[in-house]
Amino acid sequence: MNNKTRSVIQRMTLTPYSIWAVLFIAVPLLFVAYYAFTDSAFHFTFDNITRFFTATSQIDDGETVREVHTYLVIFWRSLKLAIISTFFCLLMGYPLAYIMARAESRTQNILLTLIMIPMWMNFLIRTYAWMTILQDTGILNGFLSVLHLPRIHIIGTESAVVIGMVYDYFPYMVLPIYSIMAKLDVKLLEAASDLGCPAVSVLRRVIWPLSLPGVLSGITMVLIPSISTFYISQKLGNGKFFLIGDAIEGQYVANNLHFAAAIAFILMVILLVCMALFTKLANRKIIVA
Amino acid sequence: MKRASKIYTALMMIFLFAPIAILLVFSFNEAKSLSVFSGFSLKWYRELFRDTETLKAVRNTLILAVAAALISTVMGTAAAVGMNKLRNKYLRTALDSLTNIPMINPDIITGISLMLMFVFVGRLFGAATSLNFGTMLISHITFCLPYVILQVLPKLQQMDKALPEAAMDLGCTPLRAFFKAELPEIMPGVITGMIMAFTLSLDDFVISYFTSGNGFQTLPIRIYNMTKKTVTPKMYALATIIFFVILTLLLISNLYDEEMVQKRREKKLNKKQAKEAKT
Repeated sequence: MNNKTRSVIQRMTLTPYSIWAVLFIAVPLLFVAYYAFTDSAFHFTFDNITRFFTATSQIDDGETVREVHTYLVIFWRSLKLAIISTFFCLLMGYPLAYIMARAESRTQNILLTLIMIPMWMNFLIRTYAWMTILQDTGILNGFLSVLHLPRIHIIGTESAVVIGMVYDYFPYMVLPIYSIMAKLDVKLLEAASDLGCPAVSVLRRVIWPLSLPGVLSGITMVLIPSISTFYISQKLGNGKFFLIGDAIEGQYVANNLHFAAAIAFILMVILLVCMALFTKLANRKIIVA
Repeated sequence: MKRASKIYTALMMIFLFAPIAILLVFSFNEAKSLSVFSGFSLKWYRELFRDTETLKAVRNTLILAVAAALISTVMGTAAAVGMNKLRNKYLRTALDSLTNIPMINPDIITGISLMLMFVFVGRLFGAATSLNFGTMLISHITFCLPYVILQVLPKLQQMDKALPEAAMDLGCTPLRAFFKAELPEIMPGVITGMIMAFTLSLDDFVISYFTSGNGFQTLPIRIYNMTKKTVTPKMYALATIIFFVILTLLLISNLYDEEMVQKRREKKLNKKQAKEAKT
């Protein structure tokens, strides 16, 4: 291929996408920053950003009234619930991925399809299903009263939100770990146990380090959507407490676009910094392993 | 599988499917209750099919998903071909990172960012509402594109580089060489990319929520609006239908895969036998 035709092809194929990507990926992000740092008349201001860090509101927990930083509290709660959900996804998903990878190829395919079915159902429906189950008059409490056990109040608590997040994002944890484990060389495991390594150590010193790339991509795939969700907390939290996604959505509905942009901007910056640190740490760990 | 593994797998499957099973059962409930099953009835299905808003939302979703999948597949495949040939290292890195952004960023940020731009540009032109089918289509194409590129690029890298060159040496124009020699090679990637784009578009709620206008409702947005108020089991009927559509599609694709594997195996066997017969 001579250079001229090469460059013609390149221009023909790349130009539409490059224009599209700049126009609809890069420029919108600049608009987030632009809105975040301007007021409603589009004059430059830091007010939106400072409002996020300084705005306070009062919490009345029945006995005492406390003054708290509204958005900082919301942010820490989002982070906490997202980390707890990710932890449970990993705890439950890792053994399942391991079992799947060791099963016969036919069983593997069936299990893979089964795990993907809920994923294909819209997360609104899945979340709504859990609301039906966890309600005070829902199926779980109906079941408990049939067994003559005391009813539990779970809807509207943080546990309900965690259950919803774990359920919604569980497949995103299992699938990447499974795909790494399925490629794992069985001879390595056999070699380890032949050389006298007890089963627990095989898991800890051979399987776990080799599956780390899958674990890490699973963690990011669960952590990012669960930290930024807004539907799950509204439905399963009964709208009693806000997450960072609810804060953004609330400002959007109230048409405070500049403050919505400011929250989105802060979330984006924090996530970018975390991701950069996380990949750096992960890479070092994988190299060591 | 060992017994413990079997029990654990079964427990996880119960966890995954119990909520869906409950929706299925209560979609046939006679009463409106969500905890007491009082009798079998198809009432909610009848109501669903009388709900013109929902039916319209289904149609809208399909139109949007087909359009978004087709456009993002064509543009994404072309982009992958171009990116694969790109020699300029800086341009390549820039394009790669730009492509990664929609996949790494939370949906809510992608949605907000596009919405802000549409609103701003709309205001420049003096429009009162600038969000409509067009803005939604643009947004869907944008978040589908990276997945198409990600599916096609590896196929291009696996392909023998001499293939299109040979075609052109034999007198093909570059365009003809692409369609005759290159495209068939990367077709599996293109098709997977298109299916992914289609399903992502069908399923998207968050980005659609921020970029849709008042007039245009997709199914996820319709479900959102339905669950905002008190819900009738009509929503469960809808979920049940969606579940069975997905199940059928997955079963068909699985059977198709298995058949392909079977055919390949038979072919290999035939070849082997033919070889043996010769010797």
